[in-house]
Amino acid sequence: MPRQGIAMGLEFIEGNEAIVRGAIRAGCGFFAGYPITPASTILEYMLHLLPAEGGVAMQAEDEIASMGLCIGASMAGRKAMTATSGPGISLYSENIGLAIMGETPLVIVNVQRQGPATGSATKGAEGDIQFTRWVTSGGLPMIALSPATVGEAYELTFRAFNLSEQFRVPVIVLSNKEISLTQESVDLDAIELPPLVERRRPADGEKYQPHHFETPEQVPVLSDFGGEHVTQYTTSTHDKAGYLTADPGLIQEMIDHYTAKIEAATDDIALFRHDPQEDAETLVVSYGVTSRSAAMAVREARDRGKRVSSLTLQTLYPVPERAIKSAIDGVARIVVPEMNMGQYRLEIERLAPDGAEVIGVNKMNTTLISPDEIIAEGGLL
Amino acid sequence: MSNMAYQTYMTDELGPLPFCPGCGHERLLRELDKALVELQLDPTNVVIVSDIGCIGLADRYFTTNAFHGLHGRSLTYATGLKLGRPELTVIVLIGDGGCGIGGAHLLNAARRNVDLTLVVANNFNYGMTGGQHSVTTPSGGRTLTTPLGNIEGAMDICATAIGAGATWAFRGIGYDDGLAQRIVDGIRHPGFALLDIWELCTAYYLPRNDFNKKELYNLIESTGQEVGLLADKERPEFGAAYRQRAAEIPKGKPPIVIEPAFAHSLERQKGIVMAGGAGQKVKSAVTVLARAGMLSGLQATQKDDYPITIMTGHSLSEINLSPDPIEYTAIDSPDYFLVISEEGLKKTRSWIKRLAPSCRLYADDGLELPDTEARVTRLPLAPAAKEVGRLSNGVIALAAMLQEAAMFPMDAFEQAISRYQKPEIAETNLKAVKKGVELVS
Repeated sequence: MPRQGIAMGLEFIEGNEAIVRGAIRAGCGFFAGYPITPASTILEYMLHLLPAEGGVAMQAEDEIASMGLCIGASMAGRKAMTATSGPGISLYSENIGLAIMGETPLVIVNVQRQGPATGSATKGAEGDIQFTRWVTSGGLPMIALSPATVGEAYELTFRAFNLSEQFRVPVIVLSNKEISLTQESVDLDAIELPPLVERRRPADGEKYQPHHFETPEQVPVLSDFGGEHVTQYTTSTHDKAGYLTADPGLIQEMIDHYTAKIEAATDDIALFRHDPQEDAETLVVSYGVTSRSAAMAVREARDRGKRVSSLTLQTLYPVPERAIKSAIDGVARIVVPEMNMGQYRLEIERLAPDGAEVIGVNKMNTTLISPDEIIAEGGLL
Repeated sequence: MSNMAYQTYMTDELGPLPFCPGCGHERLLRELDKALVELQLDPTNVVIVSDIGCIGLADRYFTTNAFHGLHGRSLTYATGLKLGRPELTVIVLIGDGGCGIGGAHLLNAARRNVDLTLVVANNFNYGMTGGQHSVTTPSGGRTLTTPLGNIEGAMDICATAIGAGATWAFRGIGYDDGLAQRIVDGIRHPGFALLDIWELCTAYYLPRNDFNKKELYNLIESTGQEVGLLADKERPEFGAAYRQRAAEIPKGKPPIVIEPAFAHSLERQKGIVMAGGAGQKVKSAVTVLARAGMLSGLQATQKDDYPITIMTGHSLSEINLSPDPIEYTAIDSPDYFLVISEEGLKKTRSWIKRLAPSCRLYADDGLELPDTEARVTRLPLAPAAKEVGRLSNGVIALAAMLQEAAMFPMDAFEQAISRYQKPEIAETNLKAVKKGVELVS
């Protein structure tokens, strides 16, 4: 029986194109990247699209330079983004620390592929979850968002720019080859985006310190290099003025600030979808492309009379603890499917009440976790 | 001098410069200050980017902007700053250590020709960490990490940068007259400018080696390196050239938005796999099918797999078509499977063995298929494609499949071809559709 189609216009694009479009929509004015599958097409789209938008996109000599170029451009006032995959993130590590230290807004896309090392360059994985959390020395908080669809890749990249400007931090978008290189029918115009966040710069004539805050969680305004103020930026421990300091009190004050500005905003940064079912004994917590299989598994279990709730996370870091605790409340079993050997499960385990069983459904063989696998290994039936 | 707005770009607010007595860095920085005074630049428009090492202590003694980043990476920050805000004057202070660890950036800054001035405070060892050897330690030189004497050769920073394309390079001694003017010349050069300035490290290199100020010239000579202005060429500055070209290119094409114009008959998601060989246009044929489905109101996903050496081996595309949003994109149990070449068969042989009886398998009739429970339809693709046009095997097979599957009208497939493919390709593929239909009629 012929059925009438859905009456809306759709595009057929891959996740990497959606990421680039989300970035441009957010006002990205600088991109630097080094070729690496499965992130290379982000570089290609940027090289083609950004010049006409008044931006600069360039291929760097290596991943270290990609980050350095972006940090420089961001501090000169451009919204900047770079993109890579596992081996490249390893090389980004040190400069991510610098961006935290210098309070530099920056968006970093990690299109995850099967690792470690070169791994399977053209295959998907989600093996960089805890690596994202602890990506640089010092162990300070990170913000990381994980899209599940091409549409979310667009939305979360846009939001990543907002968060990076709002908190003056590098924000990581954790994509996956399975999203970035999969073409999907999608209506980007139908995606509701939050208002655009622009960089907060000092008012005219205002006295400026590059790291000024009254209370630790306050995010300092940022004066661009070449702006009204002479400014300092340093990789070394520094005071609010950006001058080197060895004073333990001043050093701790800055560390508390880097920590508090993100931790105090955990609930505001938290993006998630909670689909609760009354009296559910089981909760499935998922993120990224695997959450699509999880949604199907939960539906199937419900269709077969089981009571199962679902929590899908778009924000992975800072861990949306309130949402997780609230969703966990009252369930006896928590199932966490992941395309790694059980990384985010660690966060769930530490938040789960005593007696609640946390079950990982884990696979890292380059293939997607299927709804059937989640049902069987998660014991949903 | 007195009527100049800026009489110095240095500040003594932080006290005296922190360098060891006799260290060459202080004089170099005073010469840099003189150069800035000569240029009378607005300090808010000047950035001193400093690397790690003793020279990295310098930036905050200037009244300009200061950027102190990670070891060896100063040129990358400088390049980002300059491209982000072209009106900035960006001066990089680096040691010989930074030129080693940041060697790739030195080569590429020279090659790229962004308008930066790189001043190397070259004292042949790492002063900040105890006097270890660097890329410029002369052969035979004694350092903390060359107890046998330096066996490695010294890098000629200028020759290296010039070899990589540096348009302006100067080598001199930090105690020479006229250094400030050389720095002015470097800053005025519209492109990458390098000053390799040889100095004494009085804490480490001097006491470990029989050495003094006068010896610096002999040292340069002994390494076979040259002094003076070693390159002064014109080549388009990267940023200016980029901006000029960017201004000339048109905005990108608007995205292709597909509005449904046909009806479909799908009750549930269908998975279709097409396996062919490199150069058979498998990917684009399947994309056209996806767009035809979208013209019929369906949702679609497509994944492609092929070797890194793309002109060899298999080309495999997996497509889902569904009346509802698609969640799980892998195709564990295909509804339709099309094999159009030997390479495609080779890649999918074990998969074909596992196909369910409900799967329709369309295969070129020249292929030797393994045992399978799928319902097989043989198609004479090779002769058909020969008749229609090279590279049309995929579209012929898809049209044959669509004719039998009746997921949506063949008109939708034809429209997708004529709307979204280049005219010359569309012409062949429209014939291929007719041929595919004919093969199963």
